[in-house]
Formats: sequence, C-alpha cells, structure tokens
Amino acid sequence: MRLELRNVFVKDVQWGEKTEISGGVLRINRDETIAAVSNDQRFVEINLDLAKPGESARIIPVKDVIEPRCKVEGPGDVFPGFMGDPCTVGEGATLVLKGCAIVTCGPIVAFQEGLIDMSGPGSRYNPFSETNNVVLTVVPQEDIEKHAYEEALRIAGLRLAWYLADKCRDAEPNVKKVYEKGSIPEENAKYPELPKIAYFCMSIAQGLLHDTFLYGTDIKHVVPTVIHPNEKMDGAMVSGNCVSACDKNTTYHHLNDPVIMELYSRHGKDLNFLGVIPAPEDTRLSGKERSTSFCANLAKMLGADGVVISEEGYGNPDTDLCMNAKKCEDLGIRTVVISDEAAGTDGKSQGLADATPEMTAFVSTGNVNEMVELPAMKKVIGYPEAISNLSGGAEESLKPDGSLFVELQAIIGSTNELGFSRIGARWI
Amino acid sequence: MALKVVCYINQFFAGLGGEDMAHTGPCIERKAVGPAMQIDNLLGGDGRVAGTVICGDSYYGEHIEEAREKCIEYIRDMSPDLFFAGPAFNAGRYGVACGDIAAAVAQKLGIPCVTGMYSENPGVELYRSKTFIVKTVDSARGMKQALEKMVELGKKLVSNEPLRPADEEGYFHRGIRKNYFHERNGAQRAVDMLLRKISEEDYRTEYEMPVFKRIKPAEPVKDLSKATVALVTSGGIVPRGNPDRIRVSSAKTYGKYNISGIEDLTPEIFESVHGGYDRVWANEDPDVVLPVDVLREMEREGVFGKLYDYVFTTTGTGTAVANAERFGREIGEQLKKDGVDAVILTST
Repeated sequence: MRLELRNVFVKDVQWGEKTEISGGVLRINRDETIAAVSNDQRFVEINLDLAKPGESARIIPVKDVIEPRCKVEGPGDVFPGFMGDPCTVGEGATLVLKGCAIVTCGPIVAFQEGLIDMSGPGSRYNPFSETNNVVLTVVPQEDIEKHAYEEALRIAGLRLAWYLADKCRDAEPNVKKVYEKGSIPEENAKYPELPKIAYFCMSIAQGLLHDTFLYGTDIKHVVPTVIHPNEKMDGAMVSGNCVSACDKNTTYHHLNDPVIMELYSRHGKDLNFLGVIPAPEDTRLSGKERSTSFCANLAKMLGADGVVISEEGYGNPDTDLCMNAKKCEDLGIRTVVISDEAAGTDGKSQGLADATPEMTAFVSTGNVNEMVELPAMKKVIGYPEAISNLSGGAEESLKPDGSLFVELQAIIGSTNELGFSRIGARWI
Repeated sequence: MALKVVCYINQFFAGLGGEDMAHTGPCIERKAVGPAMQIDNLLGGDGRVAGTVICGDSYYGEHIEEAREKCIEYIRDMSPDLFFAGPAFNAGRYGVACGDIAAAVAQKLGIPCVTGMYSENPGVELYRSKTFIVKTVDSARGMKQALEKMVELGKKLVSNEPLRPADEEGYFHRGIRKNYFHERNGAQRAVDMLLRKISEEDYRTEYEMPVFKRIKPAEPVKDLSKATVALVTSGGIVPRGNPDRIRVSSAKTYGKYNISGIEDLTPEIFESVHGGYDRVWANEDPDVVLPVDVLREMEREGVFGKLYDYVFTTTGTGTAVANAERFGREIGEQLKKDGVDAVILTST
C-alpha cells in the first residue's frame, strides 16, 4: 500500500470572498462554508470563528479536532463510512492542509469536554495552540437527544474538514511524503532480521458518547482487527468521544498518530512494522477479556516480537491496558505501554487504577490532576461557564477576572496517550 | 544576603567518640564542627554555618521525642535559613536521627532541609517523603561529594529555583509525581524503550508498577501447650567466631544454629556481630537479643510444648528488601517442614 500525503502549509487563515489557499493564506467564504455544512435539520444555527496561534483566545468546550484532508488520487475518500464509501483507504494521494484544524465546539455532555488556549501558559500543553483553527459552534434544536447532537456535530466537523481541503485540492503542495509498506510476508522477506512490531491502538468503546468509529462503524461492536497504518492517515478512525479532554484521541490525533509516524520512520531500519490493531475498550470485564484476548492472539498470529500499546482514557481502561500487556508478555511478546497517570493534585497518589507486574515498560504522558493556572483571554469562543462542569474544573475554577485554576485534564490533548506531546510525569 | 545555616551531626563526627559516647544528649556549638566546617567552606560567600547541633546516635534513637524537641529548640533559637543533617551514609541509627530532625525542622520551621544517605539506610524509606535526602555512597569516604551535593541542593531550594526531577538532582524522590517536558515525544520514547526491551538492553520504565504484597497472618496457635516454638532474629546473634561469616550489615546470608541442650546463651559460646547497634550488652548476655534462657524456663513450665532445636540469625541493618524476602521465605519453609507451630521474631 502506497500513500502520498501532499501537505499544503497553512500559515494564516482569514475570511475572504472565495474559499481558497494562496501564499500559505487560507481564505474562507464564511457564508458558503456554513451553507456547505448546514444540511442537517438538527441544527438551529451554525457559527464559524477563527482562532490563531498567539492570539489571546480561549475555545471552550471543545468536542473534537480534525485536520482538513481530502483524497486527490486513489480509491475512496477520507473518513470512509462518513465522507466516502466504507471501502479500503490508504492508497493513492491525499491533500492535507497542514497547520490548520477544525475545532468543533458546543456543550454536549457538559462534563467531559475540554478547552484550548491559543496563548499563555495553557498553550504549552496542547498542540492546537499552534494550528490555525476554524471553530465550528452549533446551536442544536431544543430537546435534541444527546447522541443525535453528538452525531450531527461529529459529521458536520468531518464535512467541514473535507470541504476546506476539497476547495484547495489544486493547490501546489509544499511537501510530499510517501508512506509505503507491502504485505506482511513481503516486508518479512525484506527484513528477516528486524524485530517485528505491532501497534495496539486502544480506543474507548463504551457507548454513551464514549465511542470511536472505524470505517463509520462503532467499534464497540467490533472485535480487534488489523489495519494498514496508511488507512488511519486517511481517516479510518474517527473520534466520537466526549471523554476527559486531556487523554482522548481526537480525530486529528488519529490522522497524525505519532506511534505510526515513529514506527514508520524506523521501518526497515531497526524494526519491521507489522500493522495497527484498533482495540476497543469495553466497560464490561467480559468485553475486556474478549478484546484483549483477540489483540494478543492477533499479535501472535502476525508473529510480533513486540507491541506498542497506547491507552485512551484512564480509570477502568487501565484494566484493558494491564490485560493487553499481560496476555502478550505471557505469549512471549514484549510490550511497552503509553499511558497517563492520575496521581492526584499533590502528585502523591498511585497513578493507575490497576497494575500488573508484567507492565515493566511504561511511558508516562503526565499527571492529569496537576493544577494549572490559566489567565483570562481577551476572546472566548463558546461557553466559558462550561468550565464548572468540565473534568478537572470546578465551580470555583472560573474566577471573576476570567482566569481559570484547573487540573491539566481540562486542556484537550494535554496528556494524549498516543504520545503526541513531550510531557511526562517524573518523580520529585 | 548571606544565608544563615545550621547543621546537625552525631557524636562521632563531632569528635566526641564512637559507640562509647553514643549516649550523649543533644548540645549546641555556635560554630561549624566536623563536616559542618566543610559545609561552611562550600557555602563560600553565600552563607555561613552559625551553629552545629550534636547528639549521640543511641540517645536520639532511645529518646526520640526528647532529642527532637531539644534539637529543635536549639535550631529555632538560631533562626536559620537552611538546615543540613549528616550525611549519615549507611549508618542506620544516624540515618534515622538525621531524617527525623530534618523532617521535623522542615515541618516546624518551614525552611529547606537536606540530609544525605546511602540507598539502603533505613532512614531513607522512613523520611524520604518528609525531607530531601541526597544519595551518597555507603561510607564516609564519600564525604566530600556528599557535602557538595547537599550544599548545591540546599542553595537551590533556598533560591526557589525550579527543581529538575529527583534522579537528575541526585536525591531520593519524595514519592511525588510532577509533570516535565521531555526532549522527545511519548511515542518516540515508547518505541525506543520497546526495542531496548526486546534486545535485552538496559531501559528505564517511567513509572514503576506499584506492588502490593500482603502476607496473610497464620491462624492462631490452637493449643500452645503442645506447640513447637522457634526463635528467629535479625539481631546478629551467632556462635562465637561467626562461623558462617554473616556480614555485619547488608547481610546476604543467614545462619542456622543448633541450640538443643543449651539453657543460656553465654558470651563464651555466642556473640553479636550486628553492625547497626551498640553490642555491649548483647555481648555480655546474648539472651537480651535472643532470649533462649527465658524460653527454656517457659518450656519447663509447660507454657508451650517444645523450643525448636535451631535458631535462625541474620543482621538486619542495611539489608536489601529482596534479600530479606528471600531469607524469610527460605526460613519459613524449613520451619514448616520441621513442624514448627509458632515463631518469635526478635529485632534490634
């Protein structure tokens, strides 16, 4: 499978007459763009805002972040099962508006959504302070059922991401990157000496707005399966999660999965990257048993020597993490896990809800409970009062001057467990 | 502004004497004494040692409340900006005293406190969460390096300079997790760690799994009058001459000695080789640590059925937990095999 990512750099985003990119400036015709994503009777009103790096702006509450992409060559389209048919993607060429992100905003469940600060101390903790953001805020019909609201906003976000990329499909890419990897037997023949590595991308699959989609289907109904890494770059996995903001995998994270990037960059050099196993995290013990047994068995059947296991969320998914690690290690497959910790605001508590002695290689992506002070921003997009309901926030978090005193977990992507950022908890 | 510093040392480092003076109560010298003189030098123009509090290790250990109170009084009186204790290296009682006084000063006076110890000093586990304990080697040959590290950390604490993680600063972590930014992202670190693990190279996990070891207590003895009772000690009581060469500290072995027919442990036949406490009385009468004499009496009175024919001994000072666990498991298995019903464990 060969995929060329054609990156068009977005250095600025502005409102304009015509939606197009030139000289690194993405111009957006606001009314046309709103119209393009309005085809949903569940919305009463749709708003678009811009938030740029360095600006004194806060976006709250954030549901998902998506990178604008569209297919320019090859079968299917990005976000298969949503924007394109659910046929295999990852082949051909895909245009990417690099440096731009769609941010969907609006209170849905009202306690597990996060915030983005475009400047100040909070901007250090999330990658979306560095992207030129197009913020989609919707006002749903009254009495809309929450799942319907989530679905409508999820699809509107994907549509907007595709729409903006599609409008720029003729732009000259700044950088082209090729991701190519053959079938497993072909790669094994090429690199017989290299350790064979699989990747379990654990994903929340718990219903009640804690969902992940694979080719448009809710993965809580799917047993773990194997996909080619290129498929993820074309949007095979989409977030439908209203989980604690710090460690949910937004669709942007799935598209730019750092584990895939790292394994790909070392493929054929010091490892042989077998493939990606999306692994649902069920709420029930029987579901955890099933999912982790499938994962370990798939790794074994693929002939894996080692597995990178990333978690999504904390708390009960810690059990899935332990079971995945233990079952692989018991089969002689070495594991490393990537997870955050909930060590309390003082950092003194045990950081995991579950532990197993087989989990001997642990990469920490930070203590989600550490307190951060976020000064007031001049512009607030969304609903600032939502902070009192956010995970990591409290009634008293929003101070009269507009500043916030919150746990790190209120900041979206701050402790992302794909290992997207450089943060980690250490002993002091 | 020059920092006002107060130090704590024991009788030995104050030049008062060794074990014979370990009973010395707290006193204060309004100048730098012993290692505190080197601290004074290391502070250079940044500060000076205003006083040295001195206390015997046995005194501190045996009168911990009084000793602490008296020392705190001396220290408070000098209103220091910074406090150092030790370093204690692998001296167990000195380590406990240093840890205890540093923790108390930190809590009561709210000033930065730094001590120094070897990783196996029992003071580390007892006080690491309450004071900064710099990592040292196991003996005073590492004095210079230990003091340099202590002074460096102390100055940093006073200046409120943000600290790097404990392993970079060189102290025993206080059980607190704090967020830092690494040079590389989590995914890059993970792939590296995995490849090292597969090729069996050294790697360092970023979070050690918490281990919960719970040992279920045995059922109570149903009929003591018929029970076989054994004596096991970490107090270092061995046959005279230490035939198995059990180490005086950081023991890696234990001994098994026949006491059948012995009514009383006399200094002619037994001695203490323990390196962590004052052995004078134990060497005069080893029964004070390993009470064979009293148990023989009780055996005769029929309080219990029989005193087991062997005692197990090791020295419990600076002993690694992993070794201690192994000793316990092996000793327990032998006792069980020989039908022992109950064990009296004596420590020092």
